[in-house]
Amino acid sequence: MAVNFPHSTSQPLLEVKDLCVSIPSYGRSVALIEHISFTLREREILGLVGESGSGKSVTATAIMGLLDTPGLKITGSVRFRGQELVGLSARKMRAIRGRDIAMIFQDPMTAFTPVYTVGWQIDEQIMAHERLSRKQARERTVQLLAEMGVPDPTRTANRYPHQLSGGLRQRAVIAMALSCNPTLLIADEPTTALDVTVQAQILELISTLRDTHGSSVLLITHDMGVVAETCDSVMVLYSGRIAETGLAEALFAHPRHPYTTALLNSIPPFYGERPHRLPAIAGTPPAPHERPAGCAFSPRCHDAQTICSTIPPLSPAGNGQQAACFFSTSGQQEH
Amino acid sequence: MTTDLQTPASPAPSVSLWRQAARTLLADKGSMTALAVLCIIVLACLLAPLYAHYVAHTDAFASNVAGSIVLNGHEVDIMQPNDNPLHLGLSPIGPTGHTAYLLGADSQGRDIAARLLYGGRNSLMISACAAVLCLFLSTLVGVTAGYFGGITDSILSRLMDIMWAVPVYLFAISLSIITVRHGLQIGPFTIEADNLLIPIIIIALVYVPYAARPVRGRVMVLRQAEFVTAARCLGVPQWRVLLFDILPNVLITLVVLGPLLMALSLLAESALSFLSLGVQAPAASWGTMIQDGEGLIYSRPVVAIAPGLAIVFVVLALNILGDGLRDALDIRNATRRSR
Amino acid sequence: MLSAFLRRVGQTLIVLFGISVLVFLVFFATPGADPTARIAGRNASPQTMEKVRHEYGFDRPLPFQYATMMKKLFITRDLTSYANRGEQVVPEIIQAAPVTLSLVCGSAVIWLIVSVAMGTLAAAMKGSWVDRTLIMLGLVGISMPVFWLGQVANLISLSRYHDTWLFSWVPGPGYVPLTQNPLAWFKALVIPWCVLAVMFIGIYSRILRADLVALAQEDFMRTARAKGLSPARILVFHGLRTSAITYVSLFGLDFAQLLGGGALLTEVVFGLPGVGRLTYQALTNLDLPLIMATVMYSATFVVLANAVVDILYILLDPRVRDGR
Ligand SMILES: Nc1ncnc2c1ncn2[C@@H]1O[C@H](COP(=O)(O)OP(=O)(O)OP(=O)(O)O)[C@@H](O)[C@H]1O
Ligand SMILES: [Mg+2]
Repeated sequence: MAVNFPHSTSQPLLEVKDLCVSIPSYGRSVALIEHISFTLREREILGLVGESGSGKSVTATAIMGLLDTPGLKITGSVRFRGQELVGLSARKMRAIRGRDIAMIFQDPMTAFTPVYTVGWQIDEQIMAHERLSRKQARERTVQLLAEMGVPDPTRTANRYPHQLSGGLRQRAVIAMALSCNPTLLIADEPTTALDVTVQAQILELISTLRDTHGSSVLLITHDMGVVAETCDSVMVLYSGRIAETGLAEALFAHPRHPYTTALLNSIPPFYGERPHRLPAIAGTPPAPHERPAGCAFSPRCHDAQTICSTIPPLSPAGNGQQAACFFSTSGQQEH
Repeated sequence: MTTDLQTPASPAPSVSLWRQAARTLLADKGSMTALAVLCIIVLACLLAPLYAHYVAHTDAFASNVAGSIVLNGHEVDIMQPNDNPLHLGLSPIGPTGHTAYLLGADSQGRDIAARLLYGGRNSLMISACAAVLCLFLSTLVGVTAGYFGGITDSILSRLMDIMWAVPVYLFAISLSIITVRHGLQIGPFTIEADNLLIPIIIIALVYVPYAARPVRGRVMVLRQAEFVTAARCLGVPQWRVLLFDILPNVLITLVVLGPLLMALSLLAESALSFLSLGVQAPAASWGTMIQDGEGLIYSRPVVAIAPGLAIVFVVLALNILGDGLRDALDIRNATRRSR
Repeated sequence: MLSAFLRRVGQTLIVLFGISVLVFLVFFATPGADPTARIAGRNASPQTMEKVRHEYGFDRPLPFQYATMMKKLFITRDLTSYANRGEQVVPEIIQAAPVTLSLVCGSAVIWLIVSVAMGTLAAAMKGSWVDRTLIMLGLVGISMPVFWLGQVANLISLSRYHDTWLFSWVPGPGYVPLTQNPLAWFKALVIPWCVLAVMFIGIYSRILRADLVALAQEDFMRTARAKGLSPARILVFHGLRTSAITYVSLFGLDFAQLLGGGALLTEVVFGLPGVGRLTYQALTNLDLPLIMATVMYSATFVVLANAVVDILYILLDPRVRDGR
């Protein structure tokens, strides 16, 4: 399908600056994410990686304005096409959600309301944002489902979520997300709940979206392999802070942060002999309320020094990469 | 608002869980108010004889239709000419505002305030005992069904379904009517018809299906829990698993159910007594007092309203406390729902 | 599909059988006095006693007694009340049924509307003072004995404030058939409807609120928000529609229990000659056959309602439609 979309302006599509989310806990404020900054250009696919609990979903939901835990505080700035989203009125945010920014969640099994047909739910989103009759909406729905590679889309649209397989359901979820031609798609671990062959198909689908729909994608995953295959650039999160950012190729070739290195070491190499045992990262990432002072990774880092008890700033590390490590510029982190 | 960032999965409820719950409960103004109200009412009821003897100088049980009392130096009859336009018949004295007959008298000329305290003793005692007995029976049924599963579970669950299909009050009424005249004979034991044990047993019985289900559900979850499987694999005898791993966890459910069951029991007791099937005269309960007041509802509404309000206060306090406990111990869906 | 249906029917029959046995045992095998004396009523003559003993087969084994009882209740329907001048029980119940039906249906409409409104509003405004007030109101509702509330309602509407414009239309206690005078029927029942509804409004608004609040954590509610739908639409179309499944199943059961005599106390207080009051009158002269019959009928109602609820479930929940 040929969709007309405005050709890229020099302005970035999404500009996140100093985004912090904190929550009060036992009388003190605990930061879930801290000073997250990045930009996303049109048609770019940005991978957001990190271990479980590193704040990936919090970042994404904060951008969407979907965080509603009482007491939660969001500071910083999220600019979408120049429009500030933090503090935007609920009504205006609603108009953007689903139409300009769409989100796909981790588990397709529970993403649909169980009591309506899949088609009804996609129609609903279309009709919430555009003046279309149900019939017209359904036409678009069927067309979208077909584009997502759903066999027999007319019939599938009339089926209930529980009647579809996981892969089909995730395709339907993506169809729903794309139903209003969003310029930005946030996909929060879209393949984690699926089996491997389906995973590959869905990723393939997502990476073609920029051509078919002209969408930029913020792809959240904890799988470095997925990033390597699909993303243009990468941002590595550790315990709510940016550990490293950069273009995917550069970052994979020369990781500057020991955490990135460790992450890359823990996936099997694509070529050559497989090691009989993959190195795991010892220990677990700290929970937000027990984050150590200074570099959050230092307790698990082989090369930690006294200086690591202060927070390392995110600094350029060559090749357009940035890393939050005092030893990044020397580039001597390979083990 | 505080949010627990990471709650470690603990096998058995540790001391800290209870301490944590107690702290949450203590911080909850609603629950604490409810608890205070309950304590005051219970204490007042316990002191009923002292009140009757030393404060009101009245007898809560003997009929006093011909008597009179001295108010502000005047002697006033307890039964007075009716203040309806026709002046037909006599109606009992209304609230006096003095220690004697503070809330007036009922149709027998008895002090309502004193009776309220004596009646409260029975109402509270019956509902508390019924709740405890019901919890005991439900634990027995629920733990057996949940722990052993299979055919035992099927039979017990079906039985509970059947019992629950009969409207609670109708069930209680049926049991009461069977026992109200001749009492209950179980083997060598005979329980007289006017024994308070009878309403206690009946109310406890009819609410067993209500309480057994959450207990069973809890046990079923626990049975699958890792620490129980681990204990079994280690060859720990079944009774030890039941006693040390299952029961302490079930206790949480029981603690939450307790106040709710007592509230339900109190309502059931008052309904039975209202129908003359619960507490038998001359003993009083709030339910019998409402019945006494039924005939006087238009001329001396206080006779029925006072015990009714007492019931509302106690039941409300118990419900608030139950809600608070549920939130503090954080078990969702533990209670089937109140009825 | 058919096999599932047949299995459901089978289950219903088993439960029905179980209930009949339970009721039978309660009335005829509770340790204590001789069932003959219970049936025959107060001060029965020796001849009556003998007649009863023979009629119910009390000189025969329990299974035979059970069979006799069931035959009298459901087949010949000639169960006779001894306490009440030989009145036949089953026709009496059938005569009283429309009154109970009127009371319960009207009340159900009120409690349905009000509890859905209260529960939804409270869930939508979770944590606000509106929410807290509604929770408190619900709690008060479930804490009031219904017979006492009825008395207070009578006191207010018939005595204290009867002369004001608000309550001057309220007729005295009693019932007027719908077919005879619809307006009078309505007037006679409005207050009983409300009184009976109060407790259920409390129960159901609490259930609904809790359900909606729990649902708010569900993934699909988050999806709905991500779609850019308005909060009202999310609450009604996604939350309420999903909650309806639980709500309807509970509603059906309570409705059936009330029809089967659960509204006894309300009927007594308002002098409505329904099934419940029939039971009450039977109580006052210890008319056992009548009580047993009402209990049996009400339990039957509940079990049948259970089956109806299951069918509604199938209509409401597509997952159940395919599953099982
Ligand atoms: N609403 C909330 N209130 C309190 N803590 C929260 C909340 N949401 C998330 N957290 C905490 O913030 C941290 C980051 O959570 P987040 O869901 O963003 O992790 P994630 O990187 O998406 O992990 P995963 O790979 O498991 O999805 C976690 O420790 C989590 O417990
Ligand atoms: Mg996540």
